[in-house]
Amino acid sequence: MSGDGMRGDAATLRAVRAQTMLWLAQRASAAVLALCVLVHLATMIYAVRGGLPAAEILGRTRGSAAWGAFYAVFVLAAALHAGIGLRAIATEWLGLRGKAREALVAAVALALAALGLRAVWAVVA
Amino acid sequence: MAATLQVRVWRGGAEGAFRGYEVPRRESQTVLDVVTYIQRRLDPALAYRFACRVGMCGSCAMTVNGKARWTCRTHVSKVAADGVLEIAPLANLPVIRDLVTDMREFFDKWARAKGEFVPTATRRDPPAAVRPATAARRAADAAIECIGCGVCYASCDVVAWNRDYLGPAALNRAWTLVNDVRDGALAARLAAVAGDAGCHACHTQMGCAERCPKQLVPTASIAGLKRAVGRAVLRGEI
Repeated sequence: MSGDGMRGDAATLRAVRAQTMLWLAQRASAAVLALCVLVHLATMIYAVRGGLPAAEILGRTRGSAAWGAFYAVFVLAAALHAGIGLRAIATEWLGLRGKAREALVAAVALALAALGLRAVWAVVA
Repeated sequence: MAATLQVRVWRGGAEGAFRGYEVPRRESQTVLDVVTYIQRRLDPALAYRFACRVGMCGSCAMTVNGKARWTCRTHVSKVAADGVLEIAPLANLPVIRDLVTDMREFFDKWARAKGEFVPTATRRDPPAAVRPATAARRAADAAIECIGCGVCYASCDVVAWNRDYLGPAALNRAWTLVNDVRDGALAARLAAVAGDAGCHACHTQMGCAERCPKQLVPTASIAGLKRAVGRAVLRGEI
């Protein structure tokens, strides 16, 4: 096999390792999201049924490291999961490949993370 | 049962049109019988493929009333209750002429998925003792009866969306070898089937399993590959 072929193989191996890690991250973030969504829904129903107004909810979340950490994890898992999912959609529906695809997906994931974390900050800080 | 069938058959290559034929209805008639009747009695220029006529060789698959099927084992009574048949070449493959598709990309992908057995013993070694009840052998046996007809490939949306995707049949074949204790190319094969063009592209829509004439479940094989590749990457084996 030529030297070029060997380099090509090494690059291909790196790429499939990275793609496999993305798939594992997709699975792991889905598991985190399943848990987070359950906790979030249960909390919403509890708060609404208890008749808690916005001011009281904010009173409980402000300064709470636990709620801050929970929703930060929720936001990051959502950004990661949506980003990886959009990568497949960009491949199949937009025909994007290579750097254009990775840049688009990274931008969307970072934007989701930034917007989400700003919202978490707003109710915790 | 109507006395005749109204049959529309694709004529031409990628550009072409359906042409209509009237074919006498027979008892226990298969779709392949209908195509053969047309070629022998009505239109000798019609191109199509078949060989064994008994569901072993995998060469007669076509699109019958919108669904990919093995035509030699598909009874007209099952698919044309109203006496109308539309027969086209398999989807997701280039059409050569009429009902004949170019299967090269389909089989080239088997090679890309390293669907070839790599022996670890020679003829001078004793035969391997493979216990049929082991989990690995059961997994291989569940997927081994593929006849390479291309029905799954033609029924897979991911193949249509992503031309690089290896497809259900090639990945199913790789899975049988991953579970073959006599094979010596595990890491290379897992690397070959990983990633965007491989098992991780599958959406588990199960179109392949829905249409496979041998009732195989390539989706399950692909899920097995995803797990095996994930483990291998985490352990640094590929």
